[in-house]
Parts: sequence; structure tokens; C-alpha cells
Amino acid sequence: MAINKVVTNEIEACKGVKNGMTLMLGGFGLCGIPERSIAELVRLNIVDLTCISNNAGVDDFGLGLLLQKRQIRKMISSYVGENDEFERQMLSGELEVDLIPQGSLAERCRAGGAGIPAFYTPAGYGTEVAEGKETREFNGKPHILESALTADFAFVKAWRGDTAGNLIYKATARNFNPMMAMAGKITVAEVEELVPEGELDPNQIHTPGIFVQRIFQGTGYEKRIEQRTVKTEKLSE
Amino acid sequence: MLDKNGIAQRIAQEVHDGWYVNLGIGIPTLVANFIPEGMEVEFQSENGILGMGPFPFAGKEDADLINAGKQTITAMPGAAFFDSATSFAMIRGQHVQLTVLGAMEVAQNGDIANWKIPGKMVKGMGGAMDLVASAENIIVAMMHTNRAGESKLLPSCTLPLTGVGCVKRVVTNLAVLDIRDGAFHLVERAPGIEVDQIRAATAGKLVVPEVVPEMVIA
Repeated sequence: MAINKVVTNEIEACKGVKNGMTLMLGGFGLCGIPERSIAELVRLNIVDLTCISNNAGVDDFGLGLLLQKRQIRKMISSYVGENDEFERQMLSGELEVDLIPQGSLAERCRAGGAGIPAFYTPAGYGTEVAEGKETREFNGKPHILESALTADFAFVKAWRGDTAGNLIYKATARNFNPMMAMAGKITVAEVEELVPEGELDPNQIHTPGIFVQRIFQGTGYEKRIEQRTVKTEKLSE
Repeated sequence: MLDKNGIAQRIAQEVHDGWYVNLGIGIPTLVANFIPEGMEVEFQSENGILGMGPFPFAGKEDADLINAGKQTITAMPGAAFFDSATSFAMIRGQHVQLTVLGAMEVAQNGDIANWKIPGKMVKGMGGAMDLVASAENIIVAMMHTNRAGESKLLPSCTLPLTGVGCVKRVVTNLAVLDIRDGAFHLVERAPGIEVDQIRAATAGKLVVPEVVPEMVIA
């Protein structure tokens, strides 16, 4: 019988998160973010956090909610352009920010979960990103050494999950969630639909349950759209 | 002079049958609208889709299906979804044949700057540094000058770099230019634009051949 990872809700799922911890949060923009866990972190008012997340949400949603309450001390991200409060805190020096190339961020999380302490990548060579980092040439091309990232807690969001913690993501809501699930000492998965073990096709699992310590079915997902773009009938073929 | 759609239309002529193409945010995104019917091209968006389709009809938007610009999109038949590490394996591993992206500045040695204005604006590099460091074929789509009328084609970049010596071709509202041997080489003029206008708007070293054809925009 598979190991049961189920907790009742986000309150139980976030137990043990403390001031000063390093957290990973999945999502790209507002797509595939762990909405329920973020809401609980806001409610708990845990501060001094280091958050590793590709983006920083928008002013009033996603990680923007934690920024508003000054709960984040440091952000590690690749793109933060949609959040005025973030930009203000960063330019005023209230918020420490480590911006890193998106592919390096993804790979650093993957490496953290995969037991690889560091790797070489060409991304960022000759830029600010390379400052203080070891460089080395491979096949005549310069690369920089990037280190692995891990977190005390990783919060991920999936479409469907089972009691064993196996996860299936939907469309582009997958993004950073699988790598972050691997890199968390404690990984909390929130899912739109939680099913008993045996109901998900093992051939279709994106994140195997070994990477997940706690799983719960979230309720009341807003799933906010950042840029609603549509085409009109007339423009279609 | 070309508008944004004109720039995109000209860049679409650079796309070959059978290519995987990554389009950046802004003007590059428009390139997809000008791919000839019947050409087999797949658009990769670094947030995790190959086979990106047009915007959905109103009412069919899916919050779980967006592009790297966070816009709602659709998936074409034969599309695939994947995680961010796999996405950048495609990019770093040079499985994507063409990258089109915007820029604040491009230098005559192929350097590009597009992610930060110190003390003023910091958006982050997103996937741009990974893209420019690995792509074999990089086209920059941008206006020739900034809002203050200053050239964006420079002897060297003044803003923090995104990548070094990587840009091969620039398509602007005024011209198509190739970058090689430390200079911008004028390839084509935009419709109605004279060489002198391009010369005046280019701060970096500009090499002008005897004959500079006007772009053909179908």
C-alpha cells in the first residue's frame, strides 16, 4: 500500500513554516501558483522569508500579497516586471533581490532536487549575473558555474493528485512546479482534484509521489488571468 | 517607415519551413501572424508549450494556458506541454532554430541589453539571457531609436548586458541590418526610407554597400 500524504487543508499543510525560512513557490506569472498555501502564509504572518519563485505575482495577488505585508526579505526570481510594489521595495532597498536567468533558475531547482551541487551554463556569461562566479570554457565557449537551490518548504500546485502524492499538471500551469517539488525538504502539493491511490494512470504521472510530503485538495481557486487576450470571429481563418 | 506589424511581417520572411521558433514579448509575438499558410513552423514559448496557437475566442480563455507574456493562448494540434527545465533544455541545447526578441540597445559587436535600467527600471531578464547565450540564430526586433529620438544601435551598450556578441541581425522600423566584424551592415531599407535617414539614426559603425534594396513587404 502506498504511503498516504494527505492533510486536511492548507492550515495543516503549512504547519512548521517559520520566520526566516527559504520557500519555493511554483508558477509562471499567476499560472499554476499555489493559491491556497500563499493565502495561509499571509494569514500566518510569517516574516523574513526568502522566496524562490519565477515571478513575484501582481500587486494584489500571488506573492504580491506577501510583499504587501512585508513578509518577504529576499526574492530569487527571473522576471518581476508586473508588480509595482515589488519594484518600489527593490529600488528603495527594502527588499533584497537576486535576479537570475529563467533557465538557470529552473535548472538550479532541478539540480537541488537531483543531488547535483552545481553545473555550468552559458547563460549570463559577460553580464552582471556572472559576477563572482567561476567561469570555464567548454568546446571553445565560456560558461559560468551556477549552484543548486533547495528550500525548507516547496509549495506547488497541480491539477490532479492522489493520496500517494503523485501529481499531474494541466497545460502551462506545470512550469516550475515539478522542479520545485523535487527541491523542497518538505514539499506541499495543493491540487484541484484529489483522488484515491490507483485512480491516476501511472504512465501519466508528472511528479512521482516520492517528492511530495503533504497533499491537499484546495477549494475556491480564483485562477486569475493576467493578460486576457482573445480573438474576434472576424479575424479567424 | 515600418510600424510594429511591418517589422513583424519582415521578420516572418526569415522563418523557414520546419523550424521551431521562440518569439519574445512585444513586437516578436506579432511575427506569428505573418507566417505563410501551409508552412510548417512550431512556436515554442519558454513557460512550457511547443505548438502555441493564436489567442482563444472570447469565453474560451483558460487560465492554465498562457504564453511567456502571460497572455491567454491556444494549443495547436500536435502541441506539447512541459516543465521549465525541459523548456530551457530545448533552448540551451539548440533545438530551437530561431529566436526573435526585443531590445533596449544593440551594439555593433552583437551585444544586447534589454532587462534593466539601473536605479530606474528592473524587470528582470526572464528567459532572455538563456536564449541569447545559446541560440544560433538571433534576430532583434525593435524601433531604430528610443522615445527620446536617440539611436538604439550603438558603438557599445550603455545599459547592463543581457548577452555578449550574440545578435546576428536587427530588423527595425527603418532597416534590416546584419552584425559582423564589429559593425552594422545595412541590408535593406524600409519602404520610403533613404540611406541618409538610417545613417543619421545609427550611432554605431554602419557599413553601407553600394546598392541597398528596399524591403519587399507582401
